Amino acid sequence: MGDLFSNFLTGSVPIEAYLGVSLIMFFAGVYGFLSRKSLLMILVSIELMLNAADINFVVFNRYLYPGQMEGFFFTLFGIAIAACETAVAIAIIINIYRNLTSVEVGEIDEMKE
Amino acid sequence: MDYSSFLQMREEFSLLVVMVILLVYDIFATEKALKQFQTVALSLFTLHTLLNCVPREAFAVAGGMFQYVPMQTYIKTILNIGTLIVLLQAHKYLDEDANRVKRGEFYFLTLSTLLGMYFMISSGNFLMFFIGLETASIPMATLVAFDKYNKKAAEAGAKYILSAVFASSISVFGISLIYGSTGTLYFNDIATVFTGTPLQLMAFVFFSVGLFFKISLVPFHLWTPDVYEGSQTNITSYLSVISKGAAVFVLFTLLVKVFPKIISDWQPILYGLAVLSITVANVFAIRQQNLKRFLAFSSISQAGYILLAIISGTALGMASLVYFVLVYMFSNLAAFGVLSVIEQRTSKVQMNDYNGLYQTNPKLSFVMMLALFSLAGIPPFAGFFSKFFIFSAAAQQGFYVLVFIALLNTIISLYYYLLVIKAMFLNTNEQPIETITSDIPVKISLVFCTIGILFVGLVSTFYDQIAVFSFGM
Repeated sequence: MGDLFSNFLTGSVPIEAYLGVSLIMFFAGVYGFLSRKSLLMILVSIELMLNAADINFVVFNRYLYPGQMEGFFFTLFGIAIAACETAVAIAIIINIYRNLTSVEVGEIDEMKE
Repeated sequence: MDYSSFLQMREEFSLLVVMVILLVYDIFATEKALKQFQTVALSLFTLHTLLNCVPREAFAVAGGMFQYVPMQTYIKTILNIGTLIVLLQAHKYLDEDANRVKRGEFYFLTLSTLLGMYFMISSGNFLMFFIGLETASIPMATLVAFDKYNKKAAEAGAKYILSAVFASSISVFGISLIYGSTGTLYFNDIATVFTGTPLQLMAFVFFSVGLFFKISLVPFHLWTPDVYEGSQTNITSYLSVISKGAAVFVLFTLLVKVFPKIISDWQPILYGLAVLSITVANVFAIRQQNLKRFLAFSSISQAGYILLAIISGTALGMASLVYFVLVYMFSNLAAFGVLSVIEQRTSKVQMNDYNGLYQTNPKLSFVMMLALFSLAGIPPFAGFFSKFFIFSAAAQQGFYVLVFIALLNTIISLYYYLLVIKAMFLNTNEQPIETITSDIPVKISLVFCTIGILFVGLVSTFYDQIAVFSFGM
């Protein structure tokens, strides 16, 4: 750990550090998706997962395949698509709020087996 | 790269032209001209279908990001015909006063999901694939929540978009690991270096979740019944046929093109998913009273059958898959067509509402019966032949036990399909659904589906034509 910290100070962060962050972000997102009660928090959790994948792409490209640009481009497109998804999801959540005056998962149970 | 290569993507280009024309027409046309909107839209789309139904030579543009093989023309034409049938069935719904203003949006959103599926089918690179997948699923969510004042539709929309994005973000994470372990996103390059190291296997499992979700196989199916029930019936049929048909085709091409070296790893996964999907969906379908939920579970079990074609990974499997999608499209759209006509007129979707339907609506009951027989796989309807080809494709590769389980499940499925037929023909009802005169577009679509169910199986030209190109994949 001390090694990691001194590397950070000298400006060379090992790839494992980035991958660790992205992995933690991803599974925090999965946990949030499964455990949160508000639709908005679920949406935030999904964003965490998407961003974790974007970090992965950039890091792999920068560290392992520095000659090419594929990972960077995927990240750019990934950010744009994530924005679209969020916009549509928020529109639908607002519509739910208008119909039910609530965005809690427990209230949205009209169709339940 | 010069821009003339865009013209080579003919299917996508002509669909885009149709979309833009409809959008401009919807915005700028006068009130009087807008009366003809649906006629113009349907004829434009028919023209687009006819223009693009002849296979061409294989080619690749954009440095291999977009790859065309002749087989894709067949699957795209099948999707086109299916979309056309759905649009015909939605004609009446879109002509209602409350929905007339949203007509343009409906067409634009439907066609943009179709465009996304085109790109997904023809992709040669994971970036293109991901963009196609999202272009297909984001407008789909807005279609599911299309009816703004309906609580169920809003609920279904939220369930769809959140689970779709959840699945696709797991999928993107998988793609990032694939990129990390191979250093490329092109399908052809990945195929040579994807040898099945532990990281690559994990990447594959993560990645495939996105597609399994779209096909709604069993551990990933929980959204299906709710979304199918909540959304408008025509959109449900679109979701269950077009979206699913595109996804199974893509799953097959990806497994064969990108992951051929780990075939011994993905075959057991598909084996388990097939057994689970067919069995669990059948068991759940038996206890459904709402016919939309019933057809949702039926479509999950049909997706399980399609896996039997995918698991073989051979050219025969490819041909039988495309043929199965064709037949499934006709049968399922016929069933949903009858369902949507009755729901629009009477808002009845429960199974016991259908008691005695034969006395008042003999033609509708007849079409429904044909569709359900075909879904169950009773000869001489097309569904029998499509199941037969799928079973033979799996048996050829030695999956005898799997075929046996699937056969047993066909018997279970026969039971619940016959429950509906029994309700329509044998059960008596003091107040059956009144006699319905359906509008002309729906009639055309149902006649078309009936012809498909009756003749696609018996006339062997269809299968032969598909089989010719299956080796190119």
